[in-house]
Amino acid sequence: MKPFDYRRAQDVSGAVALLSADPQAAFLGGGTNLVDHLRLGVVAPGLLVDVSRLPLDRIEPLEDGGVRVGATVRNSDLAADPLIRERYPVLSQALLAGASGQLRNLATTGGNLLQRTRCVYFQDVSTPCNKRAPGSGCAALHGYQRYHAILGGSPECVATHPSDMAVAMAALDARVLVRGPGGERGLALTDLHRLPGDEPWRDTVLAHAELITAVDLPPLPAGARTRYRKVRDRASYAFALVSVAAVLVVRDGRVDDVRIALGGVAPKPWRAVVAERALRGGPATEANFRRAAEAELAAARPLDGNAFKVPLARNTLVATLRELAGGTPR
Amino acid sequence: MEADITLRVNRETRWLTVDTRTTLLDALRDRLGVTGPKKGCDHGQCGACTILLGGRRVNSCLALAVQHDGGEITTVEGLADGPDLHPLQRSFVRHDGFQCGYCTPGQLCSAVGMLAEARAGWPSAVTADQEGPVGPGPVALSEAEIKERMSGNLCRCGAYAAIVPAIAEVAR
Repeated sequence: MKPFDYRRAQDVSGAVALLSADPQAAFLGGGTNLVDHLRLGVVAPGLLVDVSRLPLDRIEPLEDGGVRVGATVRNSDLAADPLIRERYPVLSQALLAGASGQLRNLATTGGNLLQRTRCVYFQDVSTPCNKRAPGSGCAALHGYQRYHAILGGSPECVATHPSDMAVAMAALDARVLVRGPGGERGLALTDLHRLPGDEPWRDTVLAHAELITAVDLPPLPAGARTRYRKVRDRASYAFALVSVAAVLVVRDGRVDDVRIALGGVAPKPWRAVVAERALRGGPATEANFRRAAEAELAAARPLDGNAFKVPLARNTLVATLRELAGGTPR
Repeated sequence: MEADITLRVNRETRWLTVDTRTTLLDALRDRLGVTGPKKGCDHGQCGACTILLGGRRVNSCLALAVQHDGGEITTVEGLADGPDLHPLQRSFVRHDGFQCGYCTPGQLCSAVGMLAEARAGWPSAVTADQEGPVGPGPVALSEAEIKERMSGNLCRCGAYAAIVPAIAEVAR
């Protein structure tokens, strides 16, 4: 492991200033992904700026009925928070479907969003990877593809974003608050991560020294039911093959409002806008759910090793909507 | 690059100078001679290195020592009260909750943290999947709950069939 310096940031502006002054510096949150990458040689920053003790650890109700989640709130605290469990069960479910109790106790909200793909080739420095070593090629295109993308990939990179939390936040229309050298800005969570295109090394639209300070969750529409459903190779403690976060409002048998995000299938939390459009205003029936899922997945470009994900994503989405349409609001 | 840090390990204050690259696991094992936490995968995938940090269970292989300067740490060595084993340790012995024993220090620390989480009303994927309002009181730990909440601790010997009842007995 390359030697690095360590500084504990005293405040947000100090953290941003430290990174601004050093192009080789990186923010350190809970460390559950970054420390592993330091050891594997995936990244080699010269300075780690510890932001995990910044006073961004609160979960606060907003005046509009939403909730603000600070960037250093631990995943375990967020999942257990009464306000989150009451208003956004899908977010609590997604967090608890991810990682293990030990990891959730360390991992932060900001760090969870900025965690990197678990593509085996990205993590193995002995293999080509355009995300880790630009221009070296993509070993996954002719390799192990089970965890790779069927939507949004490019000839340069087919890695998936591994977060469960971010998928729920995408379905909740979350906004990300960011502080940078030029001040504060906000962006939709669905605009935070980018598709690989021909620059797969850029996971997000954030510039160097931009720090996530909070995530805002807007209030859900009245009568909304939510659900996170994850399909994986073992019952617990595994990344998603496919996951679905859904928010559904049914009135008089028709879909009044619907938001859907898919995980495990794309380089970013995949907001299923095609399916949403197909569903809105129509009858809340299984046949319609299936048509909408198929419309969304018409754009899928599976690889030989992950073609199973197309029917798996379709069936998981249909099952999730069917469940949400069937019961009482929660 | 080096840093001077202080750790409270099993109720004892320890001062040490560490390379910034040192994890808590390596600091405990190689610098302080506290070899209860085990290095299994060293990637946060097996749980053998689990310790309690500020009372919460964490993977010590993924935590940089310098980041946790001043941290309050309990390892398996600190679970017993003098000659009296922790109730979970006694239960593991009674139920034969191990074979080779390599994962046991992590299983024990994880179980201590997990029981505290359940007492505090923290949900799990099993709880969260239930319909209707849940919490905020303590969570009753069914076999399914224990398996889900302990999924971050792998046992290559497959002693789960004894580990789960050992924990369940203390959880009751």
